[in-house]
Amino acid sequence: MSNEFIKLFELILSASLINNFVFTRFLGLCIFFGVSKKMETAVGMSITFTAVMMISAAMSWVIFNFIMVPLDITFLKIIVFIGIIAGLVQASDTIMRKITPGLYYKLGIYLALISTNCIILAVPLVNAGEKYSLLESLAFAFGSGIGFALALIIMASIREKLELADVPAPFKGLPMAFIVTGLIALAFTGFSGLITL
Amino acid sequence: MSQGATINLKDQILNGIIKENTIFKLALSLCPSIAVTNNLKNGVLMGVAVLFVQVMVNLTISLLRNVIQPKVRLPIFMLVISGWVTVTDMSMAALVPDVYKQMGLYIQLIVAFASILARAEMFASKNKFIPSMADGIGMGIGFLFALTVISFFRELLGKGSLWGMHIVYTKPLLILILPAGGFFAVGILMALFNWIDARYMKKTSPVSH
Repeated sequence: MSNEFIKLFELILSASLINNFVFTRFLGLCIFFGVSKKMETAVGMSITFTAVMMISAAMSWVIFNFIMVPLDITFLKIIVFIGIIAGLVQASDTIMRKITPGLYYKLGIYLALISTNCIILAVPLVNAGEKYSLLESLAFAFGSGIGFALALIIMASIREKLELADVPAPFKGLPMAFIVTGLIALAFTGFSGLITL
Repeated sequence: MSQGATINLKDQILNGIIKENTIFKLALSLCPSIAVTNNLKNGVLMGVAVLFVQVMVNLTISLLRNVIQPKVRLPIFMLVISGWVTVTDMSMAALVPDVYKQMGLYIQLIVAFASILARAEMFASKNKFIPSMADGIGMGIGFLFALTVISFFRELLGKGSLWGMHIVYTKPLLILILPAGGFFAVGILMALFNWIDARYMKKTSPVSH
C-alpha cells in the first residue's frame, strides 16, 4: 500500500519538475507565452488548466479502457480524446461564465484555446501509451498541471519585471521571452536524475 | 483578405512563407519548433508531416464548405484535422519507424496546432479549392522552412553534423541540442527575423512603426 503511494508521489514529482511539460517537453508553449504577461491571469489560467486536465484525464481513461480497448478501436484515440476535451472545455466555459464572470472576461479567448492546447491532449495520450492505472493517470495529470502552473507563475513574475528592462529593439517581446524561458529550462535540467522511474 | 476574382496564387503561397510565417511571425504552434528540431532529419520530417496535414485539411474543408453548418463548424474542423493527423501518424509509424519512435507524440499533437485550425477557419472555409490548396502549401512550406532553419543551426552547432553526417570536427556546443538550447535558438532566430524586417521595412514604408 505504502509502496503505491510512493509510486504516485514519484509520478507527481516527475511530471511537475523533472519532465516539466513546458521546459523539457516544450508543450503548451502558445498558451505559455500568451498568458504569462500578468500574474493574475497566470494564476487563473493555471487553476482552470489543472482542473480541466484532471477531469479530462479521468474521462479519457474510463472511455479508453472500458470502451475503446474492448472494441479494439484504440487507433481512434486522437479523435476521441480531442472530442472529450472540446466538450469539457465548452462545459467549463459555461460554468465559469456563471460563477466567476470577472475571471471569465479576463481569460476570455485563452479558455477557448485550451481545447487546442497540446498539454491537455498530451496527458491522455501519454496515459494511454504508458498504460497507467486510473490513480496513476490522475497523479500524472495533477503533476503536469502543477508543473504548468509553476512554469506560468515563474514566467509571469519575470516578465512583469522585464517590462521595465531596456531590451535591444529586435529582441523586444517574444524573442526575449524565449531567451528567458531557455534560462529557466537550463535551471530545470538540474532536476533531471532526481528520480528514475 | 481581398475577395477579388484574381487572387494571385503566387502571392497566396508567399504570404504563408514570409509575411505570415507561422513560427517567426505569428508565434503559433511553437511546441514542435523546439521539441523536434535537435537534428535536421526530425525537423524536416516534422515539417513535411505538417505540410501534408495542412494541405489535406484545407482541401477537405474547402470542398465541404457548402455542406458544413456554420453552427457546428468547429467540431467538424477538429474531426477533419484529427482524421488527417491519424492518417499521417499511422503512415509515419510505418514508413520511418526510427524517427517515429523519437517524435511520435509530437506527430499526434499536430491535431492541436492552432495554425491549422486557424487556416481552416479563416481561409479554407471561405474560399475555393485552388486558392485553399495554395494557402495550405504556403503555410506548410513556411512551417517547413522555419523548422529546417532552426534544426539546421541546432544540429550543426550542437553536434557538428548534418542529417547525421559529421562535418565539423571541433568540439560542439552541446547546449544547443539540450532542451534549453532550443529556446535560445528560436529566440535568437526570431530576433534576427525582426531585425531584418525592421531594416527592410524602413526602406519600403517609413511610416510604419
